[in-house]
Amino acid sequence: MTGQGEGAARRLTIDILRYNPQDPESRPHMETFELDEAPSMTLFVALNDIRDRQDPSLQFDFVCRAGICGSCAMLIDGRPGLACRTLTSSLGERITLAPLPFFELIGDLSVNTGKWMRAMSERLEAWVHSDADVDLTRLEARMEPELAEQIYELERCIECGCCLAACGTARMREDFVGAVGLNKIARLRLDPRDQREDADYYELIGDDDGVFGCMSLLGCQDVCPKELGLQTQIAYMRRKMLRAALFPG
Amino acid sequence: MKIVYTDVLVIGGGLAGLRTAVGVRKRGLDTLILSLVPAKRSHSVAAQGGMQASLANSFMGAGDSEDIHFEDTVRGSDWGADQQVVRMFVNTAPKAIRELAAWGVPWSRVARGSRESVVNAKKITITESDEAHGLITARDFGGTKKWRTCYTSDGTGHTMLYALGDQTIAHGIPVLERQEALALIHENGHCHGAVVRDLITGELTAYVATATVIATGGYGRIYKVSTNAIICEGTGVALALETGVATLGNMEAVQFHPTAIVTAGILTTEGCRGDGGVLRDVDGHRFMPDYEPEKKELASRDVVSRRMTEHMRKGKGVPSRYGDHLWLDITGLGRAHIEKNLREVKDICEYFLGIDPVKEWIPVRPTQHYSMGGIRTDHTGQSPTLKGLFSCGESACWDMHGFNRLGGNSVAETVVSGMIVSEFIADFCQTEGLHSRIDTGLVREFMQREQARLDTLIHGDGTESATELRERMEQVMMDRVGIFRTGEELGKAVTELQELLVRSRNIGLRSRVAGANPELVSAYRVQKMLKIALCVAQGALLRTESRGAHFREDHPQRNDRDWLKRTLATWNSEADTLPTIDYEDIAVHTMELPPGFRGYGARNHVDHPDTEARVAEVERILSEIPEADRFARQAALMEYESLLPEKLRGRNERLTERLP
Repeated sequence: MTGQGEGAARRLTIDILRYNPQDPESRPHMETFELDEAPSMTLFVALNDIRDRQDPSLQFDFVCRAGICGSCAMLIDGRPGLACRTLTSSLGERITLAPLPFFELIGDLSVNTGKWMRAMSERLEAWVHSDADVDLTRLEARMEPELAEQIYELERCIECGCCLAACGTARMREDFVGAVGLNKIARLRLDPRDQREDADYYELIGDDDGVFGCMSLLGCQDVCPKELGLQTQIAYMRRKMLRAALFPG
Repeated sequence: MKIVYTDVLVIGGGLAGLRTAVGVRKRGLDTLILSLVPAKRSHSVAAQGGMQASLANSFMGAGDSEDIHFEDTVRGSDWGADQQVVRMFVNTAPKAIRELAAWGVPWSRVARGSRESVVNAKKITITESDEAHGLITARDFGGTKKWRTCYTSDGTGHTMLYALGDQTIAHGIPVLERQEALALIHENGHCHGAVVRDLITGELTAYVATATVIATGGYGRIYKVSTNAIICEGTGVALALETGVATLGNMEAVQFHPTAIVTAGILTTEGCRGDGGVLRDVDGHRFMPDYEPEKKELASRDVVSRRMTEHMRKGKGVPSRYGDHLWLDITGLGRAHIEKNLREVKDICEYFLGIDPVKEWIPVRPTQHYSMGGIRTDHTGQSPTLKGLFSCGESACWDMHGFNRLGGNSVAETVVSGMIVSEFIADFCQTEGLHSRIDTGLVREFMQREQARLDTLIHGDGTESATELRERMEQVMMDRVGIFRTGEELGKAVTELQELLVRSRNIGLRSRVAGANPELVSAYRVQKMLKIALCVAQGALLRTESRGAHFREDHPQRNDRDWLKRTLATWNSEADTLPTIDYEDIAVHTMELPPGFRGYGARNHVDHPDTEARVAEVERILSEIPEADRFARQAALMEYESLLPEKLRGRNERLTERLP
């Protein structure tokens, strides 16, 4: 089997940016840990090993450890990515880990993406708006199979926050909704069950904190772990929002 | 002392908890959700494969109905399930899926015309009708007579969780993230809320509520290797156990999924086999037809997992440095299908194994996957012994899975039970009167007790390592409480787990901070997990028969005469090192589907004394109404509709069963 057994017997050096804002004594600093690499070792395995055997106070977030829940995004050698599905064998002997920028730091590698995502969802009213009274005993409304697939393609976002960590606009505008927010609106706009129109979406994202803030640097798309076509969606939404602004009604 | 009052306190932000909160909110109640993690990161997200609901839209699902879903589920449970609850479930599942469709889940749809598909390793052509075009489609899963598992490409759980997460936000329901309940507040058989620790600040808060709901999922992480997310540690279920009043049901019923990857234990969905994948051994031989000529790879999960283990024991496993495994071969499905409908599997293979499943076989072996056991409740979701405590989803045992759960039935159960139980909770709150009169002295007592426990861990002079205890517990469960069980091994497990429990009362910490402290969290959780592990091991030791996922090599027969009963575990005193085990009978004389042969291997079970009479009675009842339709025939055998909340009653429309 490929992928297993390769790269064993290396001694890894992992530099981690440590800081606990809860502790008044704590100052941000790099701390270095060493451990033996094991076959098929991921950063999930490595970080747990460090916490279990070297420093029980190390903070980080993992939930699914399978690349699907979006909890464990961090800067891996400076690049945003999901730690749980990053094999140490894909990295050098010296690895640098830092918390995702842009989000509120909880401690060490743990950031509060959940709080930000909830606030973004509230601000963008990011749910299907429908006043249809659905009779649950009746056949469901039909949908073209291709349309369902297209919606799913956009729905695959796992709200990990990598796009914002890689975003130039987010560095300058703390209220920027990011690719995650714009993609969500694009997904809802595609969905016939959401009864809102472009004029409604324009109210939500038709400004510099929304679709007109994007500078098209493509960082979001470069780092998206789900390989979503974010730039296409943002460009498309920008055209639609411009049209909504120029030709209302 | 910080106290927060609400009507309904929901512990757990996965599908079951979210749907419950939305349900009670719609009934006008105040509610809030406590979650260890952001709700959309809950383990529900991992349900790749699909949700069972008998819509019968697709060609391969034609003729499906609640009746067939009911029969599959009861057989799958090895007759351990509560048949009335199963009926409630199968009748609500189509409603649940249609509700989710309205909330935005992009369910994969039926496309008219012909397409190639793989069934039993052969290519066949399936032709869908014009009239079904655009309705929700379904795929094949194990243990089902029809293609009934509705799905969204490869991300069913993700799309369901996001739709429900969005509804929670739309209804303005607070989800308090990174909050962990440490104990239930209760007195005189009434539950009044919970003592909750903030995982960032370490601060304790009392949440006082008229109804408290535990929807915290399963307890897979008591095993060393599990497909479960790392937060599925059973600590929510332990909250109920530690009251000494609430009971846990069938904790020994633990499911092993046939196809988790080696070594990470990450699940590859049953959809792999449902869509035509096969299992192969060290010689490349497809071995399942040798054991189960009819159902082959799509026998029930417990059966496939046992057959795989049996085959590896015969020396037919593939040796590797991580122990033996077998191969899952989906290469016959083709790139287009895998990249669209099994993309998550492809990603997992790429990232964790470095292989391309379009061309290469996937190393798999059976791995702990699902907890059929949980907090014992009645059909309303309420604990029969602790009033005001409700539970639903995987953390509950109400009990629709008995001793084995069918694939696609758990994700369905989360939303269905949330729909049903939220209505009963709202009724309960209306009858009870809101903000039940609770003495702050009681709240203070529970807060102080939890604070004292934490202080002992942080400042005490304990010497045991939580990590060491935990690793040992996980290993004991793997080695001695696994797929094949014996009295001897289980006895050793119980003895050692008891020793570990005693040692866990003397844990000491290296990092003595009160705020965010992962070591402290690990310490108090392992104390709870050991109690759960003991309930599983002790229940398994005492149950001297084989039923569903519980297989005793020294008692290989299913024994209805002595064991057609549900195990109940309580933890009577904090000083105990074992749960107290009791049983409740499962009545045969009222069953719609009396116990019979499950259809795997040779017919080999001991009948219950009432079975023969009930079989005859069922035949007689049905023979007296030869003209009756399927609804009347069902009602004549076992009434259940009156148990459902009124708004969830009623038939489900299908293409072939139109409503007026």
